[in-house]
Amino acid sequence: MSCSQSASQTAGPYVHIGCTPRVAGLKNMYGGNDLGADIFPPNVAGRKIVISGQIFDGAGDPVLDAMLEFWQADASGRYGANGPCGGWARRAVDPEAGRYELHTILPAATADEAAHVKVWVVARGINLGLHTRIYFEDEPQGHDPILAATNEPSRRSTLIAKRSGDDAYIFNIHLQGDKETVFLNV
Amino acid sequence: MSDMRPFTPQDMSLQPPALTPDYRSSRLRAPSHKLLSLEQGAGELTGPTFGHDIIGPNDNDLIINYAAPGAAAIGEQIMVHGYLLDEDARPVSQALLEFWQANAGGRYRHKKDGYLAPLDPNFGGCGRTITDETGYFSFRTVRPGPYPWPNGGNDWRPAHIHFSCFGQGWAQRLITQMYFEGDPHIPLCPIVQTIADPKAIDRLTARLDMAHTVPMGFRAFRFDIVLRGRMSTLFENKLEGN
Repeated sequence: MSCSQSASQTAGPYVHIGCTPRVAGLKNMYGGNDLGADIFPPNVAGRKIVISGQIFDGAGDPVLDAMLEFWQADASGRYGANGPCGGWARRAVDPEAGRYELHTILPAATADEAAHVKVWVVARGINLGLHTRIYFEDEPQGHDPILAATNEPSRRSTLIAKRSGDDAYIFNIHLQGDKETVFLNV
Repeated sequence: MSDMRPFTPQDMSLQPPALTPDYRSSRLRAPSHKLLSLEQGAGELTGPTFGHDIIGPNDNDLIINYAAPGAAAIGEQIMVHGYLLDEDARPVSQALLEFWQANAGGRYRHKKDGYLAPLDPNFGGCGRTITDETGYFSFRTVRPGPYPWPNGGNDWRPAHIHFSCFGQGWAQRLITQMYFEGDPHIPLCPIVQTIADPKAIDRLTARLDMAHTVPMGFRAFRFDIVLRGRMSTLFENKLEGN
């Protein structure tokens, strides 16, 4: 290797200016469209679901300045097969309660991995973006290597979204503490 | 056919640790468990792609992309340019780069920034571009001002520009910051100093580039970004467990 990888620095509290300028209130920047607002084209095949939740810090307080990105396979288990940036989304959590909501489709399992949505979390106080995954409590977990490696039930449960309605799931992220989410070295 | 060799691991001797108590915000936001290593699959080796059609003609000109017609942002006009590469010095082409920054007085256009420096009505502080086939990128902006921030003491951020970088795969996703050569706040800043290796900090420091500075125009600063490279074979990246 001839170059050294660039070090990460925190996204800081104003990440929304750069990544979701419409949410940040920059009128008409980029034509008023934030990238990643829709994860798939509207006609994509698959079961429509909604995943929502909050992010909490080690004191149990909601994190109000985070940005989340999501990357997932489609209902056939394919990545990147639905046009440019299909399967990818980003959300600024809302500044009052730290909530996010993602309208998507249920991804298919692949040969090696159970159905899941990849998540990347950045915010003030996070020096290196945090990777985790959203699995689904009512989907088969098979021999998924990540779930198999988190054999302690209290740890494993942090990776699994709870069903809260016909097509709704709750997935909260805890950055630190007793309920700390399992984060991944991708 | 996309390259399906795994990405090289994150080099934790160069990357900042999660918990850096001098940067106070990390204290309650740093996971305490070790990260769980995984074998990269199709979803880590692929990532979103962005076409040039999303980029508007002024997206990489922060001096005018939020300004009234005929107006311009206030401040020292600069160009920032460089290459997005991987660890093997291969260009990372067709990659989306996004930038954001404070204005020339050190104030962000954000409702949570209450610093006394005024907003510039002609400056949004946001831009983006896509690297060309050689990994090259450039944008024009005003040099951001340093500003104080609440961290328990008399802390000032060095002038900096935030960068969001997409590569060829999800595993390469990176957000970082660019600093300016000679800024006396660099060694004093608890956020910069989350990085232990002085050489890694130096690589985040843009250099004045007189060769591309335009006489009677604007100064150029050179800044290269290096994303994770590729392993030489398919099976080097083993699952290590928790």
